[in-house]
This record gives sequence, structure tokens and C-alpha cells, in this order.
Amino acid sequence: MNIIVCIKQVPSTEAAPRPSPRPPFIDTTGLSWVINPFDEYAIEEALRIKERQGKGEVTIITLGPESAREALMGALALGADRALHIIGETHLGVDSYATAYLLCQAIKGRLFAGSGPVTFDLILCGKEAVDDQNGAVGTQLAELLDIPHAAVITRLSVDATGKVVVHRQIEGGTEVLECPLPALFTCQKGLNEPRYPSLPGIMKAKKKPYEVVPATRLAPQEVWGPGARVSVKEVSLLPTRKVGRKLQGGAAEMVEDLVKFIREEVRII
Amino acid sequence: MVEVLVFLEQRGGRLKGSSLEALGAGRQLLEKVGTGSGRLNAILIGDNIKDLAETVRCYGAQKILLADHPALERYNNGLYTYILAQEVQKSGAAIILLSATAMGRDLAPRLAARLGGPLLTECTSLDISDGLLEATRLVYAGRLSARVKSTVPRFQVATLRPNAFPPAQAVGAGFKPAPAKVEMLDVSTLPTDPLIVFRDIIYTKGVKADISEARIVVAGGRGMRGAENFRILEELAELLGGVVGASRAVVDAGWRPQEIQVGLTGKTISPELYIACGISGSAQHLAGIVTARHIVAINKDPEAPIFRVADLGLVGDLFEVVPALISRLKG
Repeated sequence: MNIIVCIKQVPSTEAAPRPSPRPPFIDTTGLSWVINPFDEYAIEEALRIKERQGKGEVTIITLGPESAREALMGALALGADRALHIIGETHLGVDSYATAYLLCQAIKGRLFAGSGPVTFDLILCGKEAVDDQNGAVGTQLAELLDIPHAAVITRLSVDATGKVVVHRQIEGGTEVLECPLPALFTCQKGLNEPRYPSLPGIMKAKKKPYEVVPATRLAPQEVWGPGARVSVKEVSLLPTRKVGRKLQGGAAEMVEDLVKFIREEVRII
Repeated sequence: MVEVLVFLEQRGGRLKGSSLEALGAGRQLLEKVGTGSGRLNAILIGDNIKDLAETVRCYGAQKILLADHPALERYNNGLYTYILAQEVQKSGAAIILLSATAMGRDLAPRLAARLGGPLLTECTSLDISDGLLEATRLVYAGRLSARVKSTVPRFQVATLRPNAFPPAQAVGAGFKPAPAKVEMLDVSTLPTDPLIVFRDIIYTKGVKADISEARIVVAGGRGMRGAENFRILEELAELLGGVVGASRAVVDAGWRPQEIQVGLTGKTISPELYIACGISGSAQHLAGIVTARHIVAINKDPEAPIFRVADLGLVGDLFEVVPALISRLKG
């Protein structure tokens, strides 16, 4: 089975970026960059399916600046077979539809010479990128490719006939769905436990096929450029919470204060 | 004329509470554009839900559009997208609002892509000027806030974070607006091959409400020291009418299931009251509770970062404080 995994390079969630008035709307000095945590579940799941079936190819696609190469190389080191790098901006001003459109064009092999479409049976994405927190690109890509999707899955199994059964997280439980291939799923924590790259994996990654295409070759700027559908007015720090009270002392006295707080300030019991 | 269409979510004939928040947000938008220049409609999709449609007539919508068909008994993103897109294209609705629930998050992006319009997700506030939606939403792992604006006045889809908007209140008899008219949608041309087939819903035993919807969440962290100690949090949650949540450390240790994890890799929640017990408060955890209205922290370590966001912090042993609170509430 051929599997495409769409990933995004994002700032590590350990660091708190400072806002900036212009694109990319944060000060990137000193930030460390990683593969979006939810995309790691997607990569892992793709590799496990390939290992189980003993055949097929895993293609990793990203939209991002030159420096996103590191994320793609990381995925190749984990065991993916080839990478497709769409060179372009991914900051907040580039909306989810624009990103999905570029991914769709790249998969269909439109507009860039020397390469045909990427064949696939399955596409996996993370449930959302932790930078823009949209959770939309995967689902929108499914729509543009006209294939079914399910968002936020925590379990995936493929039967002999190529039918897929997924579990998706809903409020208070799990929805079990069945779906023919090709299809797209967005992955949530719980799906698997992602592996770490091995040293031989890192060495092998350097020899794997790595294709580059500029976003400008895939679609005109009006379709995907900043402000095409959504523009960013401002990015700011969160309003600081009012400094609270900190109690110390005996449990009984503190509990009196707490009950008073719940009754008089929260006012819900 | 700006038409706002609100998607009302139901499962098994029961309306999702946060759908009324979407309706409330729709009414607020309508007041901003002026009732003379706007329209507010709501859409309900399901099977045998005429009674439900009757019960939502009094929440300020002018029309309740009803897609009622046996094939729609269970949520199906293919069929739901088809019905919504068809209705929006017919009516030319400028704004489509959905609650950012499991269903809303699955459905809204697909609908927005079919319509080719702007999508604003997980909004915590909404405004409108010149027919363009403007929203505030959290970005960068919940650490920053972004003000974003749609640049296209047609087919603007927005999802609203649950508990961030006041729910629509029922309008009393004789007051304006008058109860909505219920209008049946033509569902005779539904796609016959919906591809995605529903198999089952497995509800987690003993879960009264999802942490993303609960008004009170009592959460435990590493300081709980073991799965068996969560019994006291369950008792406290029960007494307060809330539910139990957990930190990442607890879920990774296998003490509690992933679906109740609060934080970046779990769920972002906005309850009225969040009580963190034995949770130190990593940045990723705090990202999940920035929009909680009141935060109470109980922790032995006075330097724990959770105290920096807590409205009320109790420095002490949770195994003394929580039982004392339980007996005080019982007494």
C-alpha cells in the first residue's frame, strides 16, 4: 500500500515565541524547530502499516521554507521512503485551504515538470499543527482530492479487502467507522507510540529521493498567498491573569477559604 | 442582507449544549449588523427529529431548516457536507457557525473547502464589519492570541470553542423575534454511496460529560501517586457536579485514559471552574486551560508554575486538602 504523510515543521512547544507585527507574526530568533507532534503519530502509523504489509512506499510531503528540509530528513530517518518539499511560506496568514490546495496540486503532479502524480491508497496527517492550531488542512485536502476522511483517529486497522476501520474520539466515547480506500485520516495521540530515529536510519536518509518544488509552480499567488481568504490583524501575548491568592496553613482553614471562593466568586454550587 | 446559518448538532435526538452557544453567537452578530440587514437561520440534520426542531424554535432563529431522513440517523461527514453545502449555495449564506466539537471539527473544514471560502477555527470571540468576520483565537500551543479577519464576504465558516460564548436564551411568548418557522429541506437527492459507514459508538463507562463540555473539571497530576487515588477526585467531582480530568503524566503512566487528558496533546477546555490537584503546570498543560474562567490549584510545592495562573492556590498536601474539602461539602 502506498501512503502519503503530510507533515509540518513547527516551533518546539517548549519555547514561548514572542509576537511580531509582521509575517511570520512571531520572533523566530533562537526558536528550535520540530516535526509537529501530531504528525509524528501519522508517520509512525504509516511505517507500521508498511512494515506489516511488507510492501508499499511511504511518501512524506511538506509545505515550508528551505529550513523545513530538516523535518523531512527526520521523517526519512525514521524509515519513510521519499520526500516531496513544497517550498513556500506557512505562517498564520497562509490559510488552511491554501495549504490544502498546494498539497493537492503537488499530489496530483500538476504544473511541475518531470514528475507525475504521487500514487496513494492512504493519506495520514496530524489532527492539527500546534502553531496555527487550525486542525483543518487534512480534512480540506480530503475534500479537494474527493476522497473520504475521518478526523482525530486513535485506532486504525486495514482488512484483507482494503477496507479500513478507524476509531475517532468524540465527546464521552469513541465512534467506530468503516471506510474504503483511498481515504484520509488525521491522527491523535493514543494511535501509537512514535519511534526514535536510529543512526543507520539517519545515514540512509541522505540517499533517499528528495524532490523540491516551489509553491509558485503549483498554483497562482491569488489562490494561496497571504490574505487570500484570511488575514492576520495582530498576534499578541495572552492577557495576563489577575494575580491570585496563595494560601498556606492547615487544610481545614484553607478549605474554608476555598468553599467561600467557590460559593461567592465562581458561584456555581 | 447578511444571512447567518447556525449548524445545530444532535446525536440520538439530543441537542448538543454548545449548539445554543453558536446560536447565541449568531444572534450577537445579527445585532451588530442590525436586525433589518441580517437574517439568522439554523439547520438541524438527523432522522425523526421533528420534535427536536420544535424545541429550538424559541431561541431567536427565523427559520429552522430541517433535513430529516433515515440515512441521516448517524453523523456522516459526506452526507452532512452535501446537505450544508447545498443549502448554503442556495441561500447564499454569508456566515456559517458551528461549535468546535468532535463533529464540528470534522465537518467544518470539509464544508469550507467545498465552498472554497474562508475558515476561522476555534474562535473565542467574533465580530463583523463590512460583512467580514473577525475572530480571536489561540495560536502557538495556546501561548499567543491572534486576531484574524476573513477577506471574502461569502461562505465564511467559523467554529466556536465550546464554553466561550454565552448560550442563546429562549425568547418568551409575545416577544420578538417570534418563534422560528420549521422548514423541511428536500433530501430526496442524497448521495446513495456515502463511502463512510457508521459501525458503532462506544461510550466510555462512567463518563457523565466530556471534559471539553463540563462546567467543572477536577484534574489530577503526578502528585496523585497512583491510579487508585483518583477515587477521591471522582468523589469531589461528583459532589461539585463536575468531571475528572488528568495531566499528561497521568495518562502516559496509564492511570487514566487519554480522552480525559487536559493540555496541548489532550483537550483544551474552558470550564467555569478548574481544580488542579497535584499538577505542577507545564507550559503544555497550561495551554489547555488558558480559557478556564476560574482556576484553583492544590499542590505541595509552593513554586509550582500552576500557582502563577491560579486564582486561588492552596499550598498543601492534596491527600489532606481534598478529603477535608469533601467532608466540608458533605457536611
